[in-house]
Amino acid sequence: MRVVEPVVELARGLWTTLRMMFDKPVTVQYPEEKKPVKARFRGRHVLKRYDNGLEKCIGCALCAAACPADAIFVESSENTDEERYSPGDRYASTYEINMLRCIFCGFCEDACPTEAIVLGDQYELSFTDRRQSIYPKEMLIEPVPASGKPTPQKTEPGVYTRSVPEMKDP
Amino acid sequence: MNFLLVVEWLVKGFVWALVLLGGFAYLTLFERKVLARMQSRIGPNRAGPWGILQPIADAVKLIFKEELTPANADKLIFTLAPVITVVPAIIITAVVPWGPSLDLFGYHLNLYIADINVGVLYIMSIASIAVYGIVLSGWSSNNKYAMMGGLRSTAQMISYEIALGLSFVSAILLAGSMRMLDIVAAQGGYWFHIIPKWFVVLQPVGTAIFLIATLAEVNRAPFDMPEAEQELTAGYHTEYSGMKFALLFMAEYTKMIAISAIGATLFFGGFNGPFVDRFPWLGPVYIFVKIIILLFGMIWVRATFPRIRYDRLMAFGWKVLLPLSLALVFITAVGIILAQQVNSRLIAVIPLASLLVAGVAVAMIDRTLRRKDYARR
Repeated sequence: MRVVEPVVELARGLWTTLRMMFDKPVTVQYPEEKKPVKARFRGRHVLKRYDNGLEKCIGCALCAAACPADAIFVESSENTDEERYSPGDRYASTYEINMLRCIFCGFCEDACPTEAIVLGDQYELSFTDRRQSIYPKEMLIEPVPASGKPTPQKTEPGVYTRSVPEMKDP
Repeated sequence: MNFLLVVEWLVKGFVWALVLLGGFAYLTLFERKVLARMQSRIGPNRAGPWGILQPIADAVKLIFKEELTPANADKLIFTLAPVITVVPAIIITAVVPWGPSLDLFGYHLNLYIADINVGVLYIMSIASIAVYGIVLSGWSSNNKYAMMGGLRSTAQMISYEIALGLSFVSAILLAGSMRMLDIVAAQGGYWFHIIPKWFVVLQPVGTAIFLIATLAEVNRAPFDMPEAEQELTAGYHTEYSGMKFALLFMAEYTKMIAISAIGATLFFGGFNGPFVDRFPWLGPVYIFVKIIILLFGMIWVRATFPRIRYDRLMAFGWKVLLPLSLALVFITAVGIILAQQVNSRLIAVIPLASLLVAGVAVAMIDRTLRRKDYARR
């Protein structure tokens, strides 16, 4: 004979929902409030610069070769000391990523010899036109750091001869 | 019958209909907010501050939606069914008094629309008409899901109407009248200066049966069998869209308000409350607060309990609620006779014996549910 227990069980259920009413909601008010992404999040690509403002990308197109979705298109041109974009001989004069094709696998990041391309934390990639899905270099490259000058720079001859920097622990 | 009286009726009826329809709109918002909070969400908060314009946005959306009529539907009944569903939901509360008489600018105003001496009977009969709208909408859609939903709804509403009616009977017996004003008047005053003489104190089990049966009457969770989404897509309103759907939706929520108003009047003292005899305008405030609390209870139950199976719903209605409410009618009658003939303190027999019977019922349900062969079925 159980008389009280069934009623208590029902009341416990009701008590649980009532208690939850006074819990803090877990909702994130998205456009106003954004949660930081994880450190290894793979978002939109960013083309990095050195501290002096020169672009890290040397236009080698290894990223395009590594891309399994064939999303990256690179066209490179010659650097001169009068008009220098990046260290070494060549730079990427055209750099386009088709965000409709990109699968955010990060292989481009792995393939890059100069660590120029990095998958960043930007994930708001909506567009209303297929043509807008192709992100040109101007959208991908990061702004010039405070210590550097914008490209193209006029540099002294014989300083920036090495396109791949010497890395401490490659 | 003078002209002023007609104007008064018109104004009161209009105001009450507006209160119900506005209440319906904001009840949907209230429900979504409360449900959201119980599920650790925030709920609608984009349209206006705290989402207070959400009902307007919903209404505009529904009005501009395309209205489809299935090719093989019975067009006349298909169009008529939402109307048949809405009208009883709105007129059912005509007999519910929402305050005592008020002297306003030298004009004597009665705060109720109709004062019929068989008010409770009126409520029961109108509640039965509401079933027609649902079964007709289910049938005329010419859709198997809608048909099933309509049939289930009819069976369920008819089954639970008996328990509902019998729970009304205990309130009628205690008040000695079917007139709503008499029932409210019988609940005025206090025992020991603290406990209000509401019928929920005298007949707690009857109130519980009323609350359970109303959930089934208005097709609310956990008895929302007619519109069990997982089984019947949407039940009787599967084929409805646009404003016709809005009407069916409106009927459901207006019925919730109506049934809460009736419950507040029959068992929770109506417009009675402290100081209401000195300040008559407190009456509407009290009944409003009671309605809100009962509506919150309905939403709370929806957030808590899962839908019960159809055969068990029927078994619960016929094998538990019906005998239990019959026993309560008997106990109430005996208690009243004892109080009248022997000693007025013997009125305490009613709640005590009712709780005893309810305890026996709970124990029997529990034993049945624990039986292995029943659980497997």
